[in-house]
Amino acid sequence: MSEALEELLGHLELRMGEALTNSQITHGELTVTTTLSHLTKLVRHLKASDHARFSTLVDITAVDWPGRRKRFEVVYHFLSMYLNQRIRVKLPVGEDDIVPSIAEIHLSANWFEREVFDMFGILFSGHPDLRRILTDYGFRGHPLRKDFPTTGYTEVRYDEALKRVVYEPVNLVQEYRQFDFMSPWEGAQYVLPGDEKPKEATK
Amino acid sequence: MDGTKGFDDAQTGEQRIRNFNINFGPQHPAAHGVLRLVLELDGEIVERCDPHIGLLHRGTEKLMESRTYLQNLPYFDRLDYVAPMNQEHAWCLAIEKLTGVEIPRRASLIRVLYSEIGRVLNHLLNVTTQAMDVGALTPPLWGFEEREKLMIFYERACGARLHAAYFRPGGVHQDLPPDLIDDIEQWAHEFPKVLDDIDGLLTENRIFKQRNADIGIVSEQEILDWGYSGVMVRGSGLAWDLRRAQPYECYDEFDFKIPVGKNGDCYDRYLCRMAEMRESVKIILQAVEKLRAPEGQGDVLARGKITPPDRAEMKTSMEALIHHFKLYTEGFHVPEGEVYAAVEAPKGEFGVYLVADGTNRPYRAKLRAPGFLHLQSMDHVAKGHQLADVAAIIGTMDVVFGEIDR
Repeated sequence: MSEALEELLGHLELRMGEALTNSQITHGELTVTTTLSHLTKLVRHLKASDHARFSTLVDITAVDWPGRRKRFEVVYHFLSMYLNQRIRVKLPVGEDDIVPSIAEIHLSANWFEREVFDMFGILFSGHPDLRRILTDYGFRGHPLRKDFPTTGYTEVRYDEALKRVVYEPVNLVQEYRQFDFMSPWEGAQYVLPGDEKPKEATK
Repeated sequence: MDGTKGFDDAQTGEQRIRNFNINFGPQHPAAHGVLRLVLELDGEIVERCDPHIGLLHRGTEKLMESRTYLQNLPYFDRLDYVAPMNQEHAWCLAIEKLTGVEIPRRASLIRVLYSEIGRVLNHLLNVTTQAMDVGALTPPLWGFEEREKLMIFYERACGARLHAAYFRPGGVHQDLPPDLIDDIEQWAHEFPKVLDDIDGLLTENRIFKQRNADIGIVSEQEILDWGYSGVMVRGSGLAWDLRRAQPYECYDEFDFKIPVGKNGDCYDRYLCRMAEMRESVKIILQAVEKLRAPEGQGDVLARGKITPPDRAEMKTSMEALIHHFKLYTEGFHVPEGEVYAAVEAPKGEFGVYLVADGTNRPYRAKLRAPGFLHLQSMDHVAKGHQLADVAAIIGTMDVVFGEIDR
């Protein structure tokens, strides 16, 4: 399996070397990183060339890394049913960047890109219909960003007096509990209760 | 109608004909849950079909980011709630791939056994409710009787009929008692007869054929363009099955066939599902056989950091007790990395893309549901069909909103 992937990677580096900024094979999976300007070319190549034939788009998603200079990472998964191989293409994207849509090359990218736009607020250029998809009509914010609270900002209920569903700011009856079970030897960033004094003493 | 610009009345012969928009769902029984389709109709012909999804969106992926790996497992039952264990399987495989855990043989066999039970559960529901969508009432009653028996097998293995949480990272939660294996075997011998009954009811049924044959034909190019998987692919003659193509668990040692269709229409997909159930029964019988063999005995959990210690050991060993406590509070840590694990769920390729940052919680988990892609192509497939065919196409695409909306 991994020899085939190495062979594929060799081919890719030969033909599309300028499009790949990084590549690795881990856990029997091939991951390549590309840039905004080379994305469409690379995807087109992966789909058309004989040694790749990644004709099925499996998934598009994104990962939010708030600490990085380019905040998001858009991740594409492709599958080749003919050669029985998979590839993962990663694309670092800044907050203000607009990603070229691949909906023209893979029709199935349509909803995936809508979902990424909905969940992360990443814009795609050339997308036929970039609307929100999973969240409510008129929803604000992008839920899967790390700075979006799990509780959200609004809650809905049916109002008996108004005879309709009303939106209200979230009102928690108790504080949202985020349990931290990390071992204090490795995870704790906070001062343990009762431990304040020694810290002050060392100053 | 506005008659301002030259459109007078019926007598002038000039009338404006306008396409008709209707909402199909979210309260329609053939919409299989909470699907809202905005259909533009020209008479009875569908001109445009815009699915509005997300009415069952629960933010599973967001919730998963703040829970430990083990706490996240039950969310998978709630994705495709028709065949819950198949989804758990993908999650367990992803974690096992990252942590490098080998699961014991008995656990692997039990997983195969219950995955196939899940497949039968799903196909029974799909085939029979599809029959209901096109007008038959008896098949669901017959099918649900069998589903009930299978859910009892679920219950006897893990205590829950639906939301099993039975597959765990590192194996399965508990061992199966011998009489449960006997009962599953007995069921597997009786089930083909029930299948024959449903077969006799539907396969040559004139109405069922009229409603399904040559409806929603899918070609090879469309499969690639729209990213289909599962029966949507096999119905069109491509023998693509992850159990065979990229074997996971111990599927490579089982003997089963991959049924394929010829025309790629709704009727062929129905036939595929019926044939797949027969193949699943074969796998179940083989798994039962292997579970009884001496090699199939032993522990069902890979005892290590990601699984709880033996109950008896906990009573005597302090370390085991601490391990148990830490496992169920802090949870286990998964080494940094990213992985994509996919299983052949009954509906198609169900995948998990897991990004771990070395802590006890997933940094990001993306669930790739097959129904999401199938439903996406609804506009493409349904265009030009009659309004009544929309129900047949939705039925055969096998959409369940738990997994599409996540």
